[in-house]
Amino acid sequence: MIVAVASGKGGVGKTTVAVNLALAAEEEVILLDSDVEEPNAHLLLRPEIEKETPVPLLVPVFHRERCTGCGKCIEVCAYHALALIGRELLIFDKMCHACGGCIYFCPEKALTEGERVIGILQEGRAGKVRFVQGRMSVGEALAVPVIKKLREKQGAHTIIDCPPGTSCPVIQAVKGADFCLVVTEPTPFGQHDLRLLIEMLRVLKVPAGVIINRADLGDEEVEEYCRQEGIPVLLKIPFDLEIARSFAAGVPFVARLPRWRQAFSDLWQRLKRKGVRA
Amino acid sequence: MKEIVVLSGKGGTGKTTLTGVFATLGQRAVLADADVDASNLHILLNPVKEYEEPFYGSQQPVVDQNKCTRCGVCTQLCRFDAIDHGEVDELNCEGCGVCFHGCPEKAITMEPVLSGHLYRGSTPYGPFVWAELGIAQEASGKLVARVKEVAREIARQEDRLLVVDGPPGIGCPVIASVSGASLVLAVTEPTAAGKHDLGRLLSLTRHFGVPLAVCLNKATLDEEMADKIEEFCREEGVKFLGRIPFAREVVKALIHRQPVTEGPVAEAMQEVWRRALSLL
Ligand code: SF4
Ligand code: SF4
Ligand code: SF4
Ligand code: SF4
Repeated sequence: MIVAVASGKGGVGKTTVAVNLALAAEEEVILLDSDVEEPNAHLLLRPEIEKETPVPLLVPVFHRERCTGCGKCIEVCAYHALALIGRELLIFDKMCHACGGCIYFCPEKALTEGERVIGILQEGRAGKVRFVQGRMSVGEALAVPVIKKLREKQGAHTIIDCPPGTSCPVIQAVKGADFCLVVTEPTPFGQHDLRLLIEMLRVLKVPAGVIINRADLGDEEVEEYCRQEGIPVLLKIPFDLEIARSFAAGVPFVARLPRWRQAFSDLWQRLKRKGVRA
Repeated sequence: MKEIVVLSGKGGTGKTTLTGVFATLGQRAVLADADVDASNLHILLNPVKEYEEPFYGSQQPVVDQNKCTRCGVCTQLCRFDAIDHGEVDELNCEGCGVCFHGCPEKAITMEPVLSGHLYRGSTPYGPFVWAELGIAQEASGKLVARVKEVAREIARQEDRLLVVDGPPGIGCPVIASVSGASLVLAVTEPTAAGKHDLGRLLSLTRHFGVPLAVCLNKATLDEEMADKIEEFCREEGVKFLGRIPFAREVVKALIHRQPVTEGPVAEAMQEVWRRALSLL
């Protein structure tokens, strides 16, 4: 079972939910932190990192001696990542999406494939949770290839901590999951972003259920929206200073509060039985 | 023309709530929301829409099925698993055009994709530019760049300060939002994650040579962590603009879709803003 944990808006407790769920599940799960711009799950889980692998992008390498200055590569590159000055080709690394176009279509084979590292995968373990996170190098723009590589690590029981929002990295993280837990808070911001995410999940055909965090610090509109849309509300977590402080200190709250361990373990069971309809 | 971009690294630190308050203080400012994936500032500012433009951020292949011979060249060439013998998977497609260039039958054309909308409106606090990216659309970085372009144009013409509510993260939309800024104001919170992300944001702003100043929101949730973050700023030589206490009234104001304007929280925010302006 692949469960994605996502939120339309950042900072609503998505990572907290993902980590607590992984810790409360009775079998061995793989937790993938796919928020590669700001991976935070490790701060709560504190895994022992055992292995690091670079994530390379296949980018063009220029061989001046073969170039005739024909300009075909410039015509092909949809991202304006190339500029030709005489017979000198400039490659703007950060703009290259590694589509391979310039390499395929250069008539002189003056461009060949090379690798550029844009991030790393870090693997490890905390108790019975296997953990893998992607981490994009600072200054890089492309999160998607790092997430793609990370998704190759998923197994029978996988929980994916997704990036916030609804854009391309989120799609890459959620695609093909069996279920998506959507974490939100009951405020106008939370509701606005929840709606966007639910629409995205419909496009991706991933079924969703909602977890309302800081459930007592807001209004009823999120629940009303879920009712109207037929989306189950699976868990409500109140604003609780003990929970907030556990998070601040980097401690998953299931470790401190047994009743929450029970709540998350029940949720995991329900997800497995597919007992989550509105 | 000066430009302040409000960022947070991690989401949910209260960045938009703060930008909403700054908006009420920043007389003669032009406001922009560069979080095009999940724009929220309009909820607080309640703008009157005056102008709308469609945004075509990328292209996608359209296959003429009469010309396609199902030869599979496109499938071989595409590095994104987005085309299968002339059938395009729009969610995977990055719009690179390699299939278009490679199709031996010239069966493919590249067509612009409507990927979102940009809006301009007026608020009691000044002109406001925001945008919405379509569901499951790419090109958020480009839409951010367009939002900034339109907002800057207004700011220049009217000789006003520009205040930008930035996107979360440190990736392509954030890079687009910091480029050319006079100051990045980072809103962080006293958590391990807040500190970690602040570090990454600092590397990013250093990488692009944009000055960074920091304020700490919800500071009273964990005073010890708050001290650590202030300490971190001192060590790194980053300007620390102040602490804003946690208070439930902030959420109450939000429920009424209004920026907080009174009480200790509002006062702390005003102080942060005064200090930020003094750095320009
Ligand atoms: S690989 Fe694609 S994106 Fe990169 S430079 Fe070549 S054509 Fe442009
Ligand atoms: S397509 Fe090849 S030969 Fe032509 S300009 Fe580009 S690198 Fe040079
Ligand atoms: S390369 Fe052109 S003709 Fe061949 S399968 Fe693709 S679209 Fe059809
Ligand atoms: S435009 Fe590029 S990504 Fe899209 S289908 Fe064609 S080759 Fe693949």
